[in-house]
Amino acid sequence: MSRDRHPLPVLGEVAHDCAGPGGAQQFPPDPANSPEEEAQAGSRREFLANLGLAAAGVLAGCTDQQREEFLRKKFTELSPAEVEQRLTHLRAEVQQKWGKVANISAKAAMPGVLFGYGLDLSRCIGCRRCEYACVKENNQSRDPQSHWIRVLEMEKARGVDLEQGNPYYDPATVPDPDHFYVPVACQQCAHSPCTRVCPVGATWEEPDGIVVVDYDWCIGCRSCMASCPYGARHFNWATPNIPAEELNTNMHLLGNRPRPRGVVEKCTFCIQRTREGRYPACVEICPVGARKFGNLLDPDSEISKILKQKRVFVLKSGLRTEPKFYYFYGL
Amino acid sequence: MAEGEDPQVGHAEAGLGFELSKTGALVPLLVLAGITLVAVLGFVENQPPFLPNEGVLAAFPHSPSEFTAVFGVDHALDGLDGGKGDGGMVAVAGPPFSRGIFPCMDCHGEKDLPPNPTRRELVDKHKNIKLVNHDEEHRWCLDCHDLNDRDSLHLAGGELVPFTESYRLCGQCHGTQYRDWKVGIHGKRTGYWNGPKRYLLCVNCHNPHSPHFAPLQPLPPPVRPHFLRASDRPPAPLETSAPDGGSASALEPQKETKHEP
Repeated sequence: MSRDRHPLPVLGEVAHDCAGPGGAQQFPPDPANSPEEEAQAGSRREFLANLGLAAAGVLAGCTDQQREEFLRKKFTELSPAEVEQRLTHLRAEVQQKWGKVANISAKAAMPGVLFGYGLDLSRCIGCRRCEYACVKENNQSRDPQSHWIRVLEMEKARGVDLEQGNPYYDPATVPDPDHFYVPVACQQCAHSPCTRVCPVGATWEEPDGIVVVDYDWCIGCRSCMASCPYGARHFNWATPNIPAEELNTNMHLLGNRPRPRGVVEKCTFCIQRTREGRYPACVEICPVGARKFGNLLDPDSEISKILKQKRVFVLKSGLRTEPKFYYFYGL
Repeated sequence: MAEGEDPQVGHAEAGLGFELSKTGALVPLLVLAGITLVAVLGFVENQPPFLPNEGVLAAFPHSPSEFTAVFGVDHALDGLDGGKGDGGMVAVAGPPFSRGIFPCMDCHGEKDLPPNPTRRELVDKHKNIKLVNHDEEHRWCLDCHDLNDRDSLHLAGGELVPFTESYRLCGQCHGTQYRDWKVGIHGKRTGYWNGPKRYLLCVNCHNPHSPHFAPLQPLPPPVRPHFLRASDRPPAPLETSAPDGGSASALEPQKETKHEP
């Protein structure tokens, strides 16, 4: 899985990629050779028809998987059978590259569920266990390093001031008495600027509130990264590097399945876990229990109780992005 | 006509001379600007990238697999069945007693060790237990531990409470935390957000004799963006490149919460 998609349709390249050395020979003779023919009214139509035939010929020479990759539609337009076909191909790719059997699902959102997240700033001690648990769970690249969670260290004297947040703090022990810590990942905005600016519609908000990326459709223009006020989106500058023994084989098509180079990735509230009913990995690892997760539509869920009983705030509320990630002080 | 042309030529020459002098003035200006630009660019290029805060540079990408003490075993789902979806609550394995300390009556029940209700400094056994930041001026052992049944705790009213329900005892003073803990706002829960959960007792995180959460060693900072290319990285210092040395052994938070009841 060096690169999931072929570069867009330069036929010569496709012929070379798919059909091997003999691929280029499948082109019919160039119809535009004779000037008389070119002058005729039907020549362009004929040319296009031949082009179509050539494409069909090239595609006929490809394997099933290569054809699927070339003719692939975006995730939101796939039929259930096409999704299943995509999953089968992904499993084969994981098997080939890592030698492991992956359990990849494309499970849809549960009805009546809207995910919300709470983070107790009075408890967080800045130990960064969530950062690394996220890397482990979501198959992020080890080198070059990709961290979806950033824990920002802030001075108590200045309060929540994102501009002076420092993610590179490194004292011997935490918490430092003069600082507090604000972990920041995707805020899963209800009015997400990232999904609005995507020129190809490769990212959207799911019915359960999770903003996802179709890694097969992302063109890597990074407009979403520029528009995100929280720095929550990350670009795969190189092919992600994950050792086989560390690969998490419990995957979701829109979540932690291995990404190709050149696409944007982000926190999905651990979609592969939360759609199975489990807590996200960062909630499970947090040693102080500062991280809370649940269904905003269930009045008895932990997150609903927090919204009712605590004074919560969201980051950069003035931007009206309406995050579903709420910070609060539990003390 | 020739005379008439002369002034024109002269004018033209004068104009040319003016243009020349203007260009002459421009050339040193341009040169100066060029030098300034080169100097500024050179200065900018020689500057290290902006660092928001001084400190140890995180130049090496660390992987979760280096921290086996933290990420080694995942017990999150042991004994939980998400298929039921009944929202049941399961307690984690009991209070964190020191090995061999419970049941207390094994020693305290013996004839030659009669209960002594007098407040005093312990000198023989349990002298390692000190109340720290837990109202040590006013309280001592038998305010929580029961005089006659050492295998139990007692509430302020005298009601006996087993160690597995010690949260009732804590909740007498820490009412807001108790209220929050009961609905899942305070404390840690694992398992299923829509199904069975595992909860922790107060004493699994807070040593009851010294309840302030013990400080932890943070995991290493992320790599700064200008070190993303391997060729940009300075050579690894020894202490950060040895993952299973001293740093990993310090990353065991659970051991610090062990205590004698």
